[in-house]
Amino acid sequence: MCTLEKRGDLFLLTLTGDDEHRFHPDTIASVLSLLEQAKSQSTRGSVLITTAHGKFFSNGFDLAWAQAAGSQTGAVNRMHQMVESFKPVIAALFDLPMPTIAALNGHAAASGLMFALSHDYVFMRNDRGVLYMSEVDLGLPLPDYFAAMFAAKIGTGIARRELLLSGKKIKGEEAVALGIVDSAAHDSVEGVVEATVSLGESLAAKKWNGEVYASIRKSLYPGLCAMLSLTAKIAASP
Amino acid sequence: MCTLEKRGRLFLLKLTGDGEHRLNPTLLDNLRSAITQIRSDPSSSQSVLITTSDGKFFSNGYDLALAASDPPLRALMAAKLRSLVADLISLPMPTIAAVTGHASAAGFLLAMSHDYILMRRDRGFLYMSELDIELVLPAWFVAMIRMKVASPAARRDVALTAEKITADRGLEMGIVDSRHGSAAETVEAAVKLGEEIVRRGADGHVYGRMRETLLREVLHAIGSNESASSGVRNSGSKLSWNSSWRTSTWSAFLLLPRCVGRSARF
Repeated sequence: MCTLEKRGDLFLLTLTGDDEHRFHPDTIASVLSLLEQAKSQSTRGSVLITTAHGKFFSNGFDLAWAQAAGSQTGAVNRMHQMVESFKPVIAALFDLPMPTIAALNGHAAASGLMFALSHDYVFMRNDRGVLYMSEVDLGLPLPDYFAAMFAAKIGTGIARRELLLSGKKIKGEEAVALGIVDSAAHDSVEGVVEATVSLGESLAAKKWNGEVYASIRKSLYPGLCAMLSLTAKIAASP
Repeated sequence: MCTLEKRGRLFLLKLTGDGEHRLNPTLLDNLRSAITQIRSDPSSSQSVLITTSDGKFFSNGYDLALAASDPPLRALMAAKLRSLVADLISLPMPTIAAVTGHASAAGFLLAMSHDYILMRRDRGFLYMSELDIELVLPAWFVAMIRMKVASPAARRDVALTAEKITADRGLEMGIVDSRHGSAAETVEAAVKLGEEIVRRGADGHVYGRMRETLLREVLHAIGSNESASSGVRNSGSKLSWNSSWRTSTWSAFLLLPRCVGRSARF
């Protein structure tokens, strides 16, 4: 399902297997547990890189599991359960005392894209993989913290419209142009992972204090962090 | 420490001497006096302020060595800088920072407190150094960064990568308005821009009020800092999960079987 590996200063979180890496209560719990593990093992210079195997980074919540509840109420309850239990995963990433980098091997949709955007740096491929907020096509409104994420991380009205209202599947080059990802200059999964490892190593070399790093990160996104019940651990002297 | 010169309708405020122009209480007081002097000048509402410096540094931030030797001075310097920045934000005239040397931390903040940043491209950088020296950013610094640095990625580069931003990068990031070949050329360009602005003849009082409105969030954050006790302020609103989401989700699920099939086709 997912693994956490350590390579020098770098923590490598991988969503394993050739499936869509949909977020389901079990996967959510596993990812959260691995993030907690990384946090507990963090030192100066630690960096997290998150990636996945196969065609998908993550295709969002497990809607089939929700539907399998057998009733409309059951399905809505299961959806609610996933949305609520996913929030701590996002919070854990914003709280993580180290720089975070998402290496998109493939498609990132809905909560899968939320997961990617929760990282400080996002790299994707230019040959494969799209970013897709499927909610408008599925007729699902955005949970509050999803909307707050896009307000926080996507800078222009045009980019937000393209991502949230157009139902567009956005490829690498356009994602860079819209300012959604940092880089899409990689035309293979090895290329994108290598680039993120290279960035990771240069960030690790700074030997930053993780708690200070996380505090500065959270202070950059006050609205979203308030919604995630996150406050900076280190109080700023004026 | 600093000098104030008038050239026609231009006020030239200069941080003098070859040092780091650290924002210690004395320099901050001198700067505030200069601003008071500018305000009380009868032609102030038809003028422009240009701030520049001698030497290698625009300003290298607070005098941290002084604060280490006398901790209450840290809070004092911060309070004085907040006042100075509030003054600059309400100043009834356009302001130009001619950045001819490094501007770090509070020094970078001071540059950003001006309406225009002109910078030399041959030397020097803008640098929010706090992460590198294990300091967090006060909320009002973040408020200024949010107002003056538009893209989330650029804000991350400023605060979370602690990038040393050259004039070229600053231009790219939308922090710097124009870049020039040398210190002298930067000041010359600032003078030229100032004269052009004066020619347009806008009313400085209206200008100052508009700027206060635009930078309302920064003024609010500065104000909050004044009344805050120690600790982080958490002023975001907490929207709660509400039942209307459930209702609309319920109806969405009537459509879902088709959609699941559709989304699987990548």
